Amino acid sequence: MELLGLYNYWAFAVVLMTGLYAVITKGNLIKKLIGLSIFQSAVFLLYITMNKVDGGTAPIVQKGVADQVFSNPLPQVLILTAIVVGISTTALGLAIVIRIKESYGTIEEHEVQNLDHDL
Amino acid sequence: MTSEFQILLSILLPLAGAVGIAITGRHYPNLREALTLFTAASLTAVVWTLLPELLAGERPSVRVAEMLPGLTIEFQVEPLGMLFAALASLLWIVNSIYSIGYMRGNNERHQTRFYVLFAVALSAVMGIAFAGNLLTLFIFYEVLTLSTYPLVAHKGDSKTVVSARTYLGILLATSIGLFLPAIIWTYQVAGTLDFTPGGILDGNLAGPAVGLLLALYVFGIGKAAVMPVHRWLPAAMVAPTPVSALLHAVAVVKAGVFTIIKVVVFIFGVEFLSTESSADWLLIAAAFTVIAASIVALRQSNLKRLLAYSTIAQLSYVVMAVAILKPLSEIGATIHIAAHAFGKITLFFAAGSIYTASKKTEIHQLRGIGRRMPWTMAAFTIGALSMIGVPPTAGFVSKWYILAGSFQSDNYIAIVTIIVSTALNAMYFLPIIFYAWFCREEVAPTNDHGEAPLAIVIALTATAALTVLLFLFNQPVLDLVSQPGGMSK
Amino acid sequence: MILTDHLPALQVVVPMLIAPLVVLMRVRGLPWAVATVTSLMAFAIAVGLTNTVLDSYSVTYEMGSWRAPYGIELHVTSFSALLLLIVTGASTLTLVAGKQSIDTEIGHDRQPLFYAAWLLALSGFTGIIVTGDAFNIFVFMEIASLASYVIIAAGSDRRVLPAVFKYLIMGTIGATFYLIGIGLIYMMTGTLNLADMEARIHEVGELRPILVAAGFITLGLALKAAVFPLHAWLPHSYTYAPHIVTAFLAACSTKVALYVLLRFDFLVFQQNLSTHEVQFTVFLMPLAVFAILIASGVAVFERNLKGLLAYSSLAQVGYILLGASLVSMPGLTAGLMHMFNHALAKGALFLAVACLGMRFTRLELVNLSGVARQMPWTMAAFVLAGLSLIGVPGTAGFISKWMLISAALQEGALGVALVAIIVVSSLLAVVYIWRVIELAYFGDPPEAGQSVNEAPVWLLVGTWVAALMNIYFGIIPSLPLSLASESAASLLQHLP
Repeated sequence: MELLGLYNYWAFAVVLMTGLYAVITKGNLIKKLIGLSIFQSAVFLLYITMNKVDGGTAPIVQKGVADQVFSNPLPQVLILTAIVVGISTTALGLAIVIRIKESYGTIEEHEVQNLDHDL
Repeated sequence: MTSEFQILLSILLPLAGAVGIAITGRHYPNLREALTLFTAASLTAVVWTLLPELLAGERPSVRVAEMLPGLTIEFQVEPLGMLFAALASLLWIVNSIYSIGYMRGNNERHQTRFYVLFAVALSAVMGIAFAGNLLTLFIFYEVLTLSTYPLVAHKGDSKTVVSARTYLGILLATSIGLFLPAIIWTYQVAGTLDFTPGGILDGNLAGPAVGLLLALYVFGIGKAAVMPVHRWLPAAMVAPTPVSALLHAVAVVKAGVFTIIKVVVFIFGVEFLSTESSADWLLIAAAFTVIAASIVALRQSNLKRLLAYSTIAQLSYVVMAVAILKPLSEIGATIHIAAHAFGKITLFFAAGSIYTASKKTEIHQLRGIGRRMPWTMAAFTIGALSMIGVPPTAGFVSKWYILAGSFQSDNYIAIVTIIVSTALNAMYFLPIIFYAWFCREEVAPTNDHGEAPLAIVIALTATAALTVLLFLFNQPVLDLVSQPGGMSK
Repeated sequence: MILTDHLPALQVVVPMLIAPLVVLMRVRGLPWAVATVTSLMAFAIAVGLTNTVLDSYSVTYEMGSWRAPYGIELHVTSFSALLLLIVTGASTLTLVAGKQSIDTEIGHDRQPLFYAAWLLALSGFTGIIVTGDAFNIFVFMEIASLASYVIIAAGSDRRVLPAVFKYLIMGTIGATFYLIGIGLIYMMTGTLNLADMEARIHEVGELRPILVAAGFITLGLALKAAVFPLHAWLPHSYTYAPHIVTAFLAACSTKVALYVLLRFDFLVFQQNLSTHEVQFTVFLMPLAVFAILIASGVAVFERNLKGLLAYSSLAQVGYILLGASLVSMPGLTAGLMHMFNHALAKGALFLAVACLGMRFTRLELVNLSGVARQMPWTMAAFVLAGLSLIGVPGTAGFISKWMLISAALQEGALGVALVAIIVVSSLLAVVYIWRVIELAYFGDPPEAGQSVNEAPVWLLVGTWVAALMNIYFGIIPSLPLSLASESAASLLQHLP
């Protein structure tokens, strides 16, 4: 049962590989970026998973309640930062794709390569 | 003027000259050439005034920088280096006079570049001669390679560039691929690279490793042209003749054998090598080169290529003399550096003189040319006799000492090699002399030429005279090299 | 409170705060001036920190006075000082020299944004170097990377766009791998502070997650550092980026990633993983060897000048890694020295390329035939820096190659093989540098009517400063040497 009990980690691995697969196989640059986002989301999942403490609640200290079990707040904070980084990356990626579309007229990787081949 | 300052000056002066030549060159060719001569003359003055101090037993040295602990840039003057520097600087004057005649007589392009790089090359030669350790020597060795490459490629057509690539390729590849690892290996085992009388490897290395390290040095020092790393020298013959004369008969190739002598005497140590049987191959390799190069020279039809192969043979003479590992032969090796320098530069001057006057480059074209160009061919004859070792020329003196050294150690390989090669030398030089003086021209040349320009004639007469003078007055040279701390301990 | 106490923080904060201000500056030339002054300030701070480090070994700084390991700790060692000098020095020199080159490649309306991104990149790089917190490294790494993508994409050739897209994808994958590794370590140790991490991994019973983390972190950073075969993003990005950007990034960006890699592998994992040497000798050393040989080989056949130099950079990354993978004091010192010396050589070479770029729109080698007659100063600087890259004695490159070879020779038979490889690749370097030199000096200019002038004086001065530094540090290498050997000692002090 222990293997199944770690289902969150299994999900992490599956999502990570799905994203990587998309990045590698897709020729469309937007799809590549989507794949990249999925890839990053997997890591978010990993961090969220590891902060959870069994039976833990939100880490808010209350008067009169002793010995409360808290989940670890730090990974959540970290992952907030990572999400911001991820968004910036995606935004910049999309901006580059727009410029590729402007100068090449296509966002298919192999077509872009062919267009440059003549240069 | 302190001697430390003089050492540095002898390296910086040609560089300063190069800058001056570059500035004046484009618009004032006369000033440029005057500057070349002036630089050469003042360099000679600076170098030669070091001589008395050296004869008095002083060993002036100067440390410029310490790169890593124990790894310094340092200069030290000792008799062998002194001889080399004195030789190169003196011949630079003569060669500059010759260059002026040659470059103008043939309307060569890029003359400024030619004079600038020549001065840089001479600076590197001074650095090699006065180097106080292997690293310093190596630095200037590479500078010499790099600065002479454009001189070899001077003509700039595709054939020349291919030859120049061979030149650079072999010299750089051997120096980086073999010489440098050898230096690093030495540093690893000995912890120093300083040239020390008696060597630094004794007790640090033994057995086959000694032979291997020696091989790395001998073949890594490609400038000494021990077969099979000799191919660059014939390739370098595409250069203008003054380059072949000073650099590829004197400065560059002598830098090679000079380095080998330095390595054998001051890194390995003569006594250490003579106890180590794994180093014996050097004598055989050198002897083989002497014979093989002489045979190849027999088959050459181009005069400059013949001289190039003759140079290869003569260089290995020096290496062989060193490998005999006897004091007398070491002295012979040193004198041979000077003797061959005077003789071979004369021969090259003559070849360039013939080319300038008549555009002839092949040996069979030279019938009867002695009558048209008596000065040139007289000088050529003296140079050739010196190569063979006939008195009254300098070649005789050095051969005498080398032979004496080989008899001292009953080294029959060396004795046989010297005899055979003398015969071979005679076989390829005497016919040229004979045809030039005693045959008639088969066809009259298209231009009814006489002697080459005056500057050329002056230069080759001077070097021919030096060849004879070294035979008559060799005592000062002997005094210099047989000093304690010099060649023999 | 003395200002000098806050130098580690100021190092990062100054460029970061000035960057958004630069965006607002619409006066022509002002963004450049402000960016240059800022970069100069960063350089001055780096010099100040180096002095302190040379005196007292290392400087720590608690951000917001939060005690480590809870707060973020800045930690400046001699290793960081070495990198700080490289990064801020490269940025300052390229900015000072490069104004005209940037003006020709980037329109004035876009310049405020360009310089802002440049300062962010600078801030990111310095942030990575000074911080002692693993997650903080990730954040700064992404700041530096995103800003680098932006300044690379400013290139005028459209081929820069697919190149930078590729860089973005691969760079992000690398950063994400790094993040996964950090997550795993945090799971096992509960700390993000590098120094603390080392101590706590000790107490961890089950080492397998740590091993996985080491794998992820090494791989992710190797991607960022363009370690062969993860280098695919680099050649085109460097080739088509604006010349000055290439000069800046080639001098420092891969080195910063290597810096993090070495810090992790030596400070955090070294003592804790019994298989640590295996990671280097079995995994990284072959990669370094392949990088050296293959990249040098490709450079020999490359037709674009910047592409040629980019492939050469890959080989040089191999040298640095090779030195480190010997896991010995001389080897590591040699690798770190090579970081510094290669930055000098490549910076000078790419600045010379920028000079050429002022006169030629396309930098294919064939276009440069005979250029030395028209641009003698540029090509002379190129030759000097090229000699340093080859490792000719008297130049900086020689020092590190010498050290690398003598370090390898201490490794017995393996070392001899490595020496052979270094020698072969040096000869390849001779060939590819010489191809350029021969063409420039002995080739015929393509058309007689087409004549070009020497590059602008200011750019030339910058190029020559960089070229002469190669000579200076080739003869008097005591500054980088003392930093490098001290860093190597501190990296190895945990060796069991």
